[in-house]
Amino acid sequence: VGKSTVDDEVLDNLEEILVSSDVGVETTLKIIERIQARVARDKYLGTTELDRILREEIAVLMSESNSQDVAEFETPSDKKPYVIMVVGVNGVGKTTTIGKLSAQFKKKGRNVVLGAADTFRAAAVDQLKLWGERVGVPVISRGMNTDPSAVAFDAVKEGLDRNADVIIIDTAGRLHTKVNLMAELTKIKRVMQKVIPDAPHEVLLVLDGSTGQNAVIQAREFTKATEVTALAITKLDGTAKGGVVIGISDEFKIPVKYIGVGEKTEDLQVFNKTEFVDSLFKRNG
Amino acid sequence: MFDNLSFKLDKAFQTLKGQGQITEINVASTVKEIRKALIDADVNYKVAKEVTDDIKEKAMGQDVLTSLSPGQLLVKITNDELTGLMGGQSEDIKIDGSPAIILIAGLQGSGKTTFSGKLASYLKRQGRSVMLTACDIYRPAAIDQLKVLGEQVGVEVYAEPENKDAVKIAKAAIEHAKKNNYRIVIVDTAGRLAVDEQMMDEIARLKEALNPSETLFVVDSMTGQDAVNTAKAFNERLNFNGVVLTKLDGDTRGGAALSIRRVVDKPIKFISTGEKMDAIDRFYPDRMASRILGM
Ligand SMILES: Nc1nc2c(ncn2[C@@H]2O[C@H](COP(=O)(O)OP(=O)(O)OP(=O)(O)O)[C@@H](O)[C@H]2O)c(=O)[nH]1
Ligand SMILES: Nc1nc2c(ncn2[C@@H]2O[C@H](COP(=O)(O)OP(=O)(O)OP(=O)(O)O)[C@@H](O)[C@H]2O)c(=O)[nH]1
Ligand SMILES: [K+]
Ligand SMILES: [Mg+2]
Ligand SMILES: [Mg+2]
Repeated sequence: VGKSTVDDEVLDNLEEILVSSDVGVETTLKIIERIQARVARDKYLGTTELDRILREEIAVLMSESNSQDVAEFETPSDKKPYVIMVVGVNGVGKTTTIGKLSAQFKKKGRNVVLGAADTFRAAAVDQLKLWGERVGVPVISRGMNTDPSAVAFDAVKEGLDRNADVIIIDTAGRLHTKVNLMAELTKIKRVMQKVIPDAPHEVLLVLDGSTGQNAVIQAREFTKATEVTALAITKLDGTAKGGVVIGISDEFKIPVKYIGVGEKTEDLQVFNKTEFVDSLFKRNG
Repeated sequence: MFDNLSFKLDKAFQTLKGQGQITEINVASTVKEIRKALIDADVNYKVAKEVTDDIKEKAMGQDVLTSLSPGQLLVKITNDELTGLMGGQSEDIKIDGSPAIILIAGLQGSGKTTFSGKLASYLKRQGRSVMLTACDIYRPAAIDQLKVLGEQVGVEVYAEPENKDAVKIAKAAIEHAKKNNYRIVIVDTAGRLAVDEQMMDEIARLKEALNPSETLFVVDSMTGQDAVNTAKAFNERLNFNGVVLTKLDGDTRGGAALSIRRVVDKPIKFISTGEKMDAIDRFYPDRMASRILGM
């Protein structure tokens, strides 16, 4: 965006940047309409104003969804243990995010317990156990090919018995089109409530930052099955921008809480709207 | 969705009623609708622009006084164009050398390890002697994962859990394969981002050392606009032979398939359609074209 009047060329350029960041046609048009409205009102605009307005308008879409930037890895003090259920399609980074998240809570002096409720994908339990060892938190498991609901039940119960502050349940990746697997998630959630009636307190949907418009459907379907309360976007350490999350945040009013920026323990950050919007306008490379 | 698109195109064409021919003026808004449909399907922005320009060329001067509605005609032209772009002669994987090496590469979580298991099973079912090699020395339990899959499909997995040098493991694996008369060695590697210099260097060194007869780039079919950047970067380092498109059992439109084909001009050789070991299939360009258009 490098011109002093908002002409078609500027708007075309803006459209290209947004669409190329996976913002999607509809949301891009929405943003552009908002800018055009501001331009009509404020008449002449310089480059700096346009940049600012653009950032504001995108931020507004996300703040309209209560996406206020969360406090650094805190959990509400009146909910102990705080139960987090992690869901998402295959390979997006659920297990890794749980590992990193545990490390952050641990650093704050919280007692963390993990539940290995992905009993399906090859070596999924081993993977979570290795993360548990790496960050020093116990992993509750019944082994592979056991009932994931039973594992979730055990983990919540164990967490309660051990006076845990945070309990995080890993689940198997599943495509939202698989009716039985989505129903299984609903069941896992329900079984936890036998131990703690208002659990899980957080349902964290993990989205792969390189995913395109399918992420919108993922958000819709996982919300139907589990009432998603927060989003994590992973793999933003690459050249993908994760722009689809703007439309998701706007449509479903779900805040983005975390972003994944690598495979190491420390590569998880609390979502920062300003930085996120800035990154959309950074050239790759 | 198909009806949806041709309906939209018909609407865009309404002004042209009675004109009988597609012209520069009346095609403009229609082409815009097609472009939007492609971008909605995650076709790369620039690729969508190029492709719709080509479609416009093809559409110009066409007679619309046929049994098809102008919208249907445009959809057909588009569908044929996409099929052509992703098609060409369907290519099999090359199995050359003793043993023949198949190197698997791609981003994190794209489905490489799962596909490695499937490909091993697929080749074994063709009566070939196959071995798997675990060269992901980074991801927690990556070796165990491949071992479990190997066991499921009845294929030996060569691994050195203590070794932290992927190239050395791969070389040792080939020696092992020679001794045991395996004809094909499939090498699973760690996921990596194209911007990770060190990791890209590792995969380039693996290729150099192994001289594979086939290097396959595994991509998640849900990938958005970034697919072209990644495919280009991997292709520059690896000059891969083909693409594997995974997770097509979902409802993604899969525009990445078109973008990648257009940008690196490498054939899509296999698709992956599930987590189970038999969920592997050949690639059909016409089916993919319809899918991208939401038909
Ligand atoms: N570069 C990068 N890689 C990541 C990030 N988060 C996860 N990964 C990698 O992505 C791959 C998949 O991560 P997992 O945590 O196994 O994903 P998952 O969602 O649990 O996968 P399934 O359980 O199989 O559905 C692994 O190689 C991770 O190391 C991230 O933020 N950046
Ligand atoms: N539904 C579906 N899931 C798939 C498919 N292919 C792989 N998966 C799943 O996707 C997730 C990631 O697959 P992996 O094979 O571990 O991916 P990877 O590329 O080896 O991951 P890294 O080694 O961490 O980079 C797992 O949950 C797989 O079961 C597919 O075609 N369909
Ligand atoms: K990025
Ligand atoms: Mg997992
Ligand atoms: Mg793998």
